[in-house]
Amino acid sequence: MCASVKYSSRGPALIPRMKTKHRIYYITLFSVVLLGLIATGMFQFWPHSIESSPEWTLDRRSVHDAPLVKLPVSSPIPERGDLSCRMHTCFDVYRCGYNPKNRIKVYIYPLQRFVDEVGVPISSTGLSREYNDLLSAISDSDFYTDDVTRACLFVPSIDVLNQNSLRIRETAQALAMLPRWDKGMNHLLFNMLPGGPPDYNTALDVPRDRALLAGGGFSTWTYRQGYDVSIPVYSPLSAEVDLPEKQPGPRRYFILSSQTAIHREYRTELERLKEENGEALLLLDKCSNLSQGMASARKRCYKGQVYDYPQILQESSFCVVLRGARLGQATLSDVLQAGCVPVIMADSYILPFSEVLDWKRASVVIPEEKLPEMYTILKSIPHRQVEEMQRQARWFWEAYFRSMKAIGLTTLQIINDRIYPYAARTYEEWNNPPVVKWSSVSNPLFLPLIPPRSPGFTAVVLTYDRVESLFRVITEISKVPSLAKLLVVWNNQNKSPPEECTAIDGLSLDQTHMVERSECINKFASVFGTMPLKVVEHRADPVLYKDDFPEKLKSFPNIGSL
Amino acid sequence: MQAKKRYLILVSAGACLVLLLFLGGLPVPASRRSQVQRDGHRPGPRWPRFLEHLQPFVPWDQTESEGYIAHMSARQKRDASSGLNQGRRCRMDSCFDFSLCAKNGFKVYVYPQQKGDKISESYQSILASIEGSRFYTSDPGQACLFVLSLDTLDRDQLSPQYVHNLKAKVQSLSLWNGGRNHLIFNLYSGTWPDYTEDLGFDIGQAMLAKASISMENFRPNFDVSIPLFSKDHPRTGGERGFLKYNSIPPFRKYMLVFKGKRYLTGIGSDTRNALYHVHNSEDVVLLTTCKHGKDWQKHKDARCDTDNAEYDKYEYKEMLHNSTFCLVPRGRRLGSFRFLEALQAACIPVMLSNGWELPFSEVIDWNTAAVIGDERLLLQIPSTTRSIHQDKILSLRQQTQFLWEAYFSSVEKIVLTTLEIIHDRVLQHMGRSSLMWNNHPGGLFTLPQYSSYLGHFPFFYAPLGEWPTHSKFTAVIHAVSPLVSQSQPILKLLVAVAKSPYCAQIIVLWNCDKPLPAKHRWPATSQPIIVIEGESKVMSSRFVPYSSILTDAVLSLDEDTVLSTTEVDFAFTVWQSFPERIVGYPARSHFWDANKERWGYTSKWTNDYSMVLTGAAFYHRYYNYLYTNYLPASLKSMVDQLSNCEDILMNFLVSAVTKMPPIKVTQKKQYKETMMGQTTRASRWADPDHFAQRQTCMNKFASWFGTMPLVHSQMRLDPILFKDQVSILRKKYRDIERL
Repeated sequence: MCASVKYSSRGPALIPRMKTKHRIYYITLFSVVLLGLIATGMFQFWPHSIESSPEWTLDRRSVHDAPLVKLPVSSPIPERGDLSCRMHTCFDVYRCGYNPKNRIKVYIYPLQRFVDEVGVPISSTGLSREYNDLLSAISDSDFYTDDVTRACLFVPSIDVLNQNSLRIRETAQALAMLPRWDKGMNHLLFNMLPGGPPDYNTALDVPRDRALLAGGGFSTWTYRQGYDVSIPVYSPLSAEVDLPEKQPGPRRYFILSSQTAIHREYRTELERLKEENGEALLLLDKCSNLSQGMASARKRCYKGQVYDYPQILQESSFCVVLRGARLGQATLSDVLQAGCVPVIMADSYILPFSEVLDWKRASVVIPEEKLPEMYTILKSIPHRQVEEMQRQARWFWEAYFRSMKAIGLTTLQIINDRIYPYAARTYEEWNNPPVVKWSSVSNPLFLPLIPPRSPGFTAVVLTYDRVESLFRVITEISKVPSLAKLLVVWNNQNKSPPEECTAIDGLSLDQTHMVERSECINKFASVFGTMPLKVVEHRADPVLYKDDFPEKLKSFPNIGSL
Repeated sequence: MQAKKRYLILVSAGACLVLLLFLGGLPVPASRRSQVQRDGHRPGPRWPRFLEHLQPFVPWDQTESEGYIAHMSARQKRDASSGLNQGRRCRMDSCFDFSLCAKNGFKVYVYPQQKGDKISESYQSILASIEGSRFYTSDPGQACLFVLSLDTLDRDQLSPQYVHNLKAKVQSLSLWNGGRNHLIFNLYSGTWPDYTEDLGFDIGQAMLAKASISMENFRPNFDVSIPLFSKDHPRTGGERGFLKYNSIPPFRKYMLVFKGKRYLTGIGSDTRNALYHVHNSEDVVLLTTCKHGKDWQKHKDARCDTDNAEYDKYEYKEMLHNSTFCLVPRGRRLGSFRFLEALQAACIPVMLSNGWELPFSEVIDWNTAAVIGDERLLLQIPSTTRSIHQDKILSLRQQTQFLWEAYFSSVEKIVLTTLEIIHDRVLQHMGRSSLMWNNHPGGLFTLPQYSSYLGHFPFFYAPLGEWPTHSKFTAVIHAVSPLVSQSQPILKLLVAVAKSPYCAQIIVLWNCDKPLPAKHRWPATSQPIIVIEGESKVMSSRFVPYSSILTDAVLSLDEDTVLSTTEVDFAFTVWQSFPERIVGYPARSHFWDANKERWGYTSKWTNDYSMVLTGAAFYHRYYNYLYTNYLPASLKSMVDQLSNCEDILMNFLVSAVTKMPPIKVTQKKQYKETMMGQTTRASRWADPDHFAQRQTCMNKFASWFGTMPLVHSQMRLDPILFKDQVSILRKKYRDIERL
């Protein structure tokens, strides 16, 4: 582009005046430039496209292009998950190696379509939208590596998010066929809906050897603490509905129940609570009169009155999240999104990301048995605490629930923290919303210590060549018994001290000096985002300061008499 | 053509060429560079973007789970699951009866000791700590938790402390009930060669508070992992941490040290056997000795003699005090004494004990105070510790000290922490949050029943970025003498306090034997006066957390206190800056009387003080709650019987919590004379017995706390410009200077 501009603006003006010899010379020169341009273009597009052709074609591809893999009937089945697995027994840490960034490398198996010998696929949905989102997010993250030999963690592309859509035995066989399976070592499976009727087990039923499980709906009996990761059940409404953040504060309803599949007994108990406390409670259920369809999932009804879901959640301080057949409920995500404080009643449920998240700050967990006392329990929580919880609930959703990406990367970060615990994210980083992070003061010297006199102190004296006053200061300070060291910072670069600075008073009375310092204060305050200095009306004096008391008995007699 | 022009064209053409290469050529290497990672590997395919619309993982009509077993009641289902989940699968839901705690709160019963039962010193301390705590009950009918008087600490069959026939003894206990709601303490289990974690008797549904427990055997939220402590571990109080001041940069002479036994073979020997690989005798000093046991000579290997020689060159104490990190490798069992030693010495523990469930892991975030290493990666440990930034070291080190003093320095703290963890589970949603456990002053001093909101406690204002919620205070006046004349000091005091713009209300606590005076006898004030009649008319009632106190700040006053409005105002503004401390006027001091070998109490004019009496002091209302609910009945009843020392006890309590002295503010001189007992009226201050009692109290309190919590201060807070040579008109708190 540059060259052509030169041609049109300057070239014609110059060329006619040149001699032929020169003209040829310059034309040759410009041709070289032009050739260079072409060559560069070729270099950029042509060879590059050859080199990375798989990437270019892969980037937009059809699921049906994935290679078909037929599972022989006799293909081996992994063992059921070992309940005693922990990071130090079932996880090969050597694969993660030492790396200065303290970040694990995650490999994703390329997509394959597994079918049994008759050609029936192992899963009714195949790759789901959510699992695809999750894998793309991992592949776009810093965790990703395509080099299987360098990987520390392996994520199969076999979608096991929903156990209902799986053929258990065949899925297990497919897992075992993965080239690096090696008894499931360092493999991570994501599952949100475990178990199936009638028992609804709380962990994925697919036999999986030693693989780590990121599961939604673990109970305390199936969760291998420090090994598995408890994840939320993703709610599609997170992406479909945009609920703006609502300021914390009192809401129209105190308690709201929006789930449609609540056990009959619990619904009866909720109705009894509603009778006792009236308007403060809102009990919603399916809409019987609406035609079945996508839209009905977004509506809830109470006595014929129709409410929009999940918008109605924003109208309540507390929202009930009761266990269904499974412990993990997608409702939890909707409730958090609405900034409503979840009241979680699911005994033995391991809350999502409980390894790092402090759920006491964002939710109220009540045993199922105490459902009848829910109202009194919630009423006893201070208002300020409720507001904090509302804010915290929304923040949890934004940071850890809102997308498959958030869920997937949080899971990887948790595993990463276990492998590099000394570089793990702190409690504050996980739990404090960004607002608090800035406004709160974290003192690096937080231990209440009263230092002893023995090591004393170091005096730092800044001077601009005012030797006389400097000497005076040094003589005075050096009399102090606790002085350990005296450091003089000579800050005079051009040797000649200004006349008016010889007296301290002169310095502070200097008008421009004060203006400069005011500017400094404003500048600093804007950098800090707030004014960290606090005004107080007190001053520290020795205990008997200026008291009517013999001077020689006072610890610091000079201070009062100066 | 001039040479000049020729050059111009040449240069411009060249520039164009360069620019062209830059525009056209650069994007290629640049995009490559962003893809090429630091390790030199270029990632190839990423996850593809698929063309078709993929199915959601759950069809929209199945978003709410169906197929609920409608015929089975929820209660039945719970009962069925608790039947299945016994033994190794015990959890609070299935093996603990919460209903026992519902009636009387969290009370702990200790079985009476049988004659002839040998109980080790350590277990005696544990039992004594429970019996001295506020949880103790002697009535098993009220108890929520039961603790055996049979010594279960040492279950190593080869140990002399081993108690035989425990199985039969436990089974014969009438209250055993299959171990339900029982807590069993254990320090050692199993023996050579496999060191299993079995206790050698059936613990049934009992909870374990066990040292060296492994993750595999640890039942989460049911068992409690406790630290291994020696028989010399003090029962109460305990030594403070060794860190006296923070040094910056925080590095010490050694980077990483260890000194301990080496087991040549058998369980747990691998790590210690490999330590010499990392030892560099400069800043990483890891020493082992084979010299232990009777016949070590027989088993010794080629390294033993050199190791032993190196071992004797260093002194353990010196290394402990001068090292940034201390290695804590597993012994035969997972836990070792090194852990608590390092913690106390502010030497950041580097854990090498795979599978150890760290002490109190349910509540303590160990990543903030220790480096958790992996035995398999021993050779990386030096580079790992070196990679830790000095800011992190500074904070890790301080946290070791906080944790040591909050939970580990005495047997009593270890026991109380164990009980409080279980208490938290019983309280369920009301339990302490992780913030309360991991921040100063720690879980033992933060009672969650007071409030679940952190901002209601005096310690969390800064972490929350907040300030006390109310800019007003409640005055509580302790009245003991009847109202006879209109010139009584209490009436003057009422008027003076009510005039303060910060005063929200005044509570008169009527602890006088005479009946309440009629309403009109009280002066008319702009602030409401609430008269509360003390129920039992005892001293401790002045610190009861009355529900009518709505402000965070409490101004505690004696009826004969003389204060001006200005003094009240000034003290209150000072308190707002130090909401976690006692801020007030009458200061006293304590000292160690070496002749009598006891603590002394003095009210003389001295250059320092360690107490500010509650006759005229501001403090956070949480301390009323703590005084009433944290302190044991024995101390409170002592105060009530003597009708004395309640102010000393409050100072002990607040200093134990804050580890800081109270704050004295300046005052008018007449006031001081009143407090010195020079008034004409016979007040309790004039009584010589009163003073002697206070000496006794000091020693009694110090022995309960196990240490002297009071801290001296030489600082008094005066208004700015106080007694300065400037016009009185420029001063805000003028009255304080007027005599």
